[in-house]
Amino acid sequence: MNDREWGFKTRAIHAGGGPDTATGARNVPVYQTTSFVFEDTRDAADIFALQKFGSIYTRISNPTVNAFEERMASLEGGIGSVATSSGMSAEFLTAAALASSGDSFVTSSAIYGGTHTMFDVSLGKFGIEARFVEGDDPDSFDAVIDKSTKFLYTEIVGNPSGSIADISVLASVAHSHDIPLVIDATFATPYLCRPIDFGADIVLHSATKFIGGHGNSIGGVVTESGRFNWGNGRFPEMTEPVATYNGLKYWENFGEYAFCTKLRSEQLRDLGASLAPMNAFLLIQGLETLPFRMDGHVANAKTVASFLENHSEVSWVNYAGLESSPHHELANKYMPKGPGAIFTFGVKGGRESGAKFIDSLQLISHLANVGDVRSLVIHPASTTHQQLSDEDLASGGVSADMVRLSVGLEDSDDILWDLDQALEKASS
Amino acid sequence: MSVEKKKVEGWNEPSAKERLALLNRTETIAMVGVSAKKSRPSNFVATYLLSSSANFEIFFVNPVEDEILGKPCYKSLSDLPVVPDMVDVFRKSEDLPEVAIEAVEIGASSLWIQLGLWSVEAAEIALAGELELVMDRCIKIEHARFHGGLHLAGFDTGVIDSRRSKK
Ligand SMILES: Cc1ncc(COP(=O)(O)O)c(C=O)c1O
Repeated sequence: MNDREWGFKTRAIHAGGGPDTATGARNVPVYQTTSFVFEDTRDAADIFALQKFGSIYTRISNPTVNAFEERMASLEGGIGSVATSSGMSAEFLTAAALASSGDSFVTSSAIYGGTHTMFDVSLGKFGIEARFVEGDDPDSFDAVIDKSTKFLYTEIVGNPSGSIADISVLASVAHSHDIPLVIDATFATPYLCRPIDFGADIVLHSATKFIGGHGNSIGGVVTESGRFNWGNGRFPEMTEPVATYNGLKYWENFGEYAFCTKLRSEQLRDLGASLAPMNAFLLIQGLETLPFRMDGHVANAKTVASFLENHSEVSWVNYAGLESSPHHELANKYMPKGPGAIFTFGVKGGRESGAKFIDSLQLISHLANVGDVRSLVIHPASTTHQQLSDEDLASGGVSADMVRLSVGLEDSDDILWDLDQALEKASS
Repeated sequence: MSVEKKKVEGWNEPSAKERLALLNRTETIAMVGVSAKKSRPSNFVATYLLSSSANFEIFFVNPVEDEILGKPCYKSLSDLPVVPDMVDVFRKSEDLPEVAIEAVEIGASSLWIQLGLWSVEAAEIALAGELELVMDRCIKIEHARFHGGLHLAGFDTGVIDSRRSKK
């Protein structure tokens, strides 16, 4: 114990992962158990009433999952984290913690298609209204906020639009209305951008992507800054007595720890979207090499984007790491190490050549994921975004010739070779 | 919840290391102003300190209650059967200097002023009486930070240590 400010790489390996207290196991053990034996009845009562910390049941908390949560909180610069079974459930639990029937929130429309549908359809069915704003212009967010609005939402790098959110300006807009800013930072990871440093209040991830990094586990995580004033009058659930916990009030009892405590002991408890211990273990293994992998992903992405920009069979490349990108300036501000490794480009000849290009790739995998050590590719208009109307598609920044690439950690020469030969075939 | 932290001459807020050392040295704690109501934060903290998570001897000072959580309440700090190592206060800011004076008078070693509370006057009294001082911190959260509780709730403890913990 001391007051040293440990570096990012050190925390990626050590935070939340001290030697196991029972056995001394150095690596975080997989606590593959549903439940934990109480010391006695009083111990049980104290833990159930949130008066004492402890493990009860893996739906609510599990030591392997806790190690992942603490590590993420440390890397994000937040106060604490709650892990979830997927990125989608991280979003759903956050919305359920902040909003009720009759409330609204404001979100960019240039977000992952699955999130767009959940916000629009599933949350809509529960009476929570998503107000979609085109792009990330902070003024457009400001314009549709009213008394019913409980939070602002956007992705740090839009999937697949590639737009970069102006986090600090959006945070000012949110705070001027006493509501939090929620950022999906999946495409950046805390190594490339820590939204809390720029004023965001809640950061969430699909840990399925770069955090795990090896394409082996679905998972999600929500991290809160510990700085938001939940007692400002707009969040009665944070300040009024909670019947299921003997009338305690989250804000009064837990202060800066209130949001994460509520998210775990209400939303995770009730909705049950918990991360499995084995998946938490695999995500922890991923985090340990996150800085090195992200440096490699970014370096390869820059090489690949420049190559494509100069390729005769490519009509456009939309990567914020390229100087030609309209998002380059914001990318430099928020992600000076580089804006990740997921971007889009257009194959000349449109829809048909695009399909031929994808079918001709040999090394790069055609699948519906991003953020893997392997290079991945997809054609959004016919897959991830096919459930959206043409209008929603366009407002989400998707075109019919658009191919999304997630650049992996293979030798860059091999990635370039594969792209080149497939582009040649697509044009013939 | 947040307080304005006015400067106290000659005192800096104790660091994480210093807070841990203070908790490790402390065996007996007098809790001043604990509520008998189960939903109150002070009652929560008391329950935690009495639970198997912690290893302190706890005394309650509360002039209007006879008993809290099955333990007797004393009318004032000077009525306690022992000199507590620490006085842990949950009273409103205006009342803090008075508690500080009493803590010095009985010879306590430290004054811990709870989360959301800050008093320059009480601080000066405690420091003049050579008491160790913590303000605007929750003793439950600080204890849990170093003893695994916060970790089990997904919070960042800031603790990195590859030595095996001696529980
Ligand atoms: C930006 C973004 N957020 C959230 C999700 C959903 O995450 P998951 O698939 O882990 O539920 C995805 C998945 O593609 C995503 O790309």
